[in-house]
Amino acid sequence: MAKMTLEELRKLRDQKQGEMQKRDIEGKDSRIVIGMGTCGIAAGAKPVLDAFLAALEEKHIDNVSVTQTGCMGLCYVEPTIEVIVPGMPDVIYGKVDAATARKIVEQHIIGKQLVTDHMFDRPAADIIKKDGGK
Amino acid sequence: MHICIDDYLLDIVQNSFEAASTRVELVLDETESKLTCLIRDNGKGMDAGVQKRVLDPFYSDGVKHTKRKVGLGLPFLSQACEACQGTFALHSEVGVGTTVEFSFNLGHLDAPPMGNLVSTFVALLSHPLAKELVIRRTVSTRKGTSTYTLSKEELEEVLGSLSTSGVLNLLREYIHSQEEEVMTYHVEPKMQSETRRTQQEM
Repeated sequence: MAKMTLEELRKLRDQKQGEMQKRDIEGKDSRIVIGMGTCGIAAGAKPVLDAFLAALEEKHIDNVSVTQTGCMGLCYVEPTIEVIVPGMPDVIYGKVDAATARKIVEQHIIGKQLVTDHMFDRPAADIIKKDGGK
Repeated sequence: MHICIDDYLLDIVQNSFEAASTRVELVLDETESKLTCLIRDNGKGMDAGVQKRVLDPFYSDGVKHTKRKVGLGLPFLSQACEACQGTFALHSEVGVGTTVEFSFNLGHLDAPPMGNLVSTFVALLSHPLAKELVIRRTVSTRKGTSTYTLSKEELEEVLGSLSTSGVLNLLREYIHSQEEEVMTYHVEPKMQSETRRTQQEM
């Protein structure tokens, strides 16, 4: 690929925006927040961010907000991420790797089902597995 | 402990964002044997007392995490630079900002691998606390010199807010094309023999 100029980037965005408007609004108002503190980075939060972006692109979902925060206080199960989908409980997932990220996109963002084996915080304790998904 | 150089960059540039900076610069100059990095912000800065203590892994200002007794970002970085006989320097002034300058001796056995700079730049540019971030990356070897510059304000002017998956994937594509160009000038560092410190020296 040749080195892109800002003008070419602008054109690409305009072209993509046209496509986006035709498409159904699957991920609208959904948010993925990735814990990128020292602990998260050391545990591999960056490849997880890559995996989320790749999985969302593959599923043609352009409107999920993907953002970062510092440590969420669950350093022992890093990388941790929070997923906020309208109409669903906010969930913090832990021990997330690239494969789990893909599963979260398919099952949680698209399928509207919780990925219970990686849940570490939020919904009532009785629906989180006792061993924390170990 | 971080594995790659890009992890250290991600970690330390975030410090600048969290110090209420309105402008942060990340400058990376790579040659065949050395990577020199500069992170400069105009954030709140640190007084002399704090500057002395930030390299201590058991020091934290306790603001972000009130009960925490450790702060590992800068200690990790200075240790990694030292391990490959690179350099590390910190300059800071309260109310003016902080500059961290460091380098990795790439031919050293204990130099960390570079990692994935494209992902790191995507993560940094899209960081919610980043106002203006300017990244300048130069590769300069016997094959020639190539540079690219990324500015958050400039990119947001083109793409809009750097926050949704579609925009971030476009951003990644753009940065990838820049990185591909400079990497044509990249030359693998020649590994120096006998650079690992011997037991007696340690």
